[in-house]
Amino acid sequence: MGQEPLANAEGESLTVEQAIENLRQTADTGLRYYAAWWLGRFRVAEPEAIEALVAALQDEGDRAPDGGYPLRRNAARALGKLGDRTVIPDLIRCLDCDDYYVREAAAQALESLGDPQAISALRGLLAGGVAAAAAVPDKPHLVQPYNAVLEALGTLGAVDAIEEIIPFLGHEVAQVQNAATRALYQLTGDGTYCDRLVERLQAPNLQLRRSAMMDLGAIGYLPAAGAIAATLAENSLKLIALQGVLESHLGQTGFPQARLTDEARQVLVLMDELL
Amino acid sequence: MGISRAGERLDVGATVAELIQAIETADSKGAMVVAVNCLAAAKDVAALPTLITVLGYNNPGAAVAAVEGLVALSHDAVPALLEQIDGYNYGARAWAIRAVALIGDPRALPVLLDTAKGDFALSVRRAAARGLGTIDWALLSAEQAASGQRDVLEVLTAATADPEWVVRYAAVAGLQNVAKALIDSHQKPPILLCLHQVFQHDETAAVQARARTALDALESPP
Repeated sequence: MGQEPLANAEGESLTVEQAIENLRQTADTGLRYYAAWWLGRFRVAEPEAIEALVAALQDEGDRAPDGGYPLRRNAARALGKLGDRTVIPDLIRCLDCDDYYVREAAAQALESLGDPQAISALRGLLAGGVAAAAAVPDKPHLVQPYNAVLEALGTLGAVDAIEEIIPFLGHEVAQVQNAATRALYQLTGDGTYCDRLVERLQAPNLQLRRSAMMDLGAIGYLPAAGAIAATLAENSLKLIALQGVLESHLGQTGFPQARLTDEARQVLVLMDELL
Repeated sequence: MGISRAGERLDVGATVAELIQAIETADSKGAMVVAVNCLAAAKDVAALPTLITVLGYNNPGAAVAAVEGLVALSHDAVPALLEQIDGYNYGARAWAIRAVALIGDPRALPVLLDTAKGDFALSVRRAAARGLGTIDWALLSAEQAASGQRDVLEVLTAATADPEWVVRYAAVAGLQNVAKALIDSHQKPPILLCLHQVFQHDETAAVQARARTALDALESPP
């Protein structure tokens, strides 16, 4: 493709050994930050990489002007991609970090790793319910990464948390409502939750349309396929959302061992038109 | 009818110049979309440069309208589109490639081949792979078409190994479309072989599924 995919910021190639070495050294925080990203991006799940990333979750050396921990954020994100469940206790500890973005990255990583042992700690972040779920003054976020937490609870099958999640359907932030909706659909199988998201596909705000679309794709709600294809949003995102819907259906219907259903074929026709 | 500045309406007999002005003075994304739709509906080649410029405005609604207008102008739009494709931001390039793909003019072949092979932006590669499948081969001599199809098959077959699933998906769709219009029937078995490989081995279920429908279409009895 004419571009070296394994290059670092200076355009030089990285090997796995080099990346791990870069992550371990402490002299250059930029190199560490990039190495953490790189290990996640290229799915380097070797024990030394995992070990170095877990160590980076406790890093004190790389600080942002706002007091945050950029290296910790990247390390958490990378660990979410490597499928190693032994790191879950370390990620759970990150849910207590002062840095909102570390907590968010940890919640998302815990969702990706797919292990229910994280549910209890994630539920903890919903403490105080909607009343406590306020914006932080002078910051662009709420007190907790509610979207990430709610989505994770949905993906991890936290049926015991249903009653705690329901009030978030009425949170003032539409994205939080969507996250609650999505989780409740995953936990209850009740399609009426998805109807709310389908309505959001026609919201006046592009960001809301995009996020409702991505939510429907992530939960694989097949009846929304036509509405997704017709949403006023970028074709690239519509294709990703339809992929989510299609692949969820394919998984449930036993493809490729089993034949393609008519519904699957219809989604493929919709996708062809968007290319 | 459309709206340029708030409250000012364009009458049905607006000239292309006035319609273009409405685009240049549009004061919101929504107003832009309306103005572009009006210009597109005029189906006038004088609108070409403006329609192409709109593709680069980071306004997807306007770009969709512009693409429709360009597709309506069909082969007349192709030289200008091809000329403008180089050096675009990748969003505009993807729209331009899409317009070119929908028109199906064989003059676009060299650009589509290069883009499907080498563009760094996956949305552009995807649109180009799709476009390689929708070339109107009837507009070429049999010899040119056969040669063009060989080039297309080479690029699309390689594209079934692209790192991005959606480019592989588009390549499969492209292969199916070329296979339906083959000049040289000897090209068909390698296409089927490629599609079988994709069906069996692609890591993305959506791509496997698309290969399955392609094979069903190509292998079904006439």
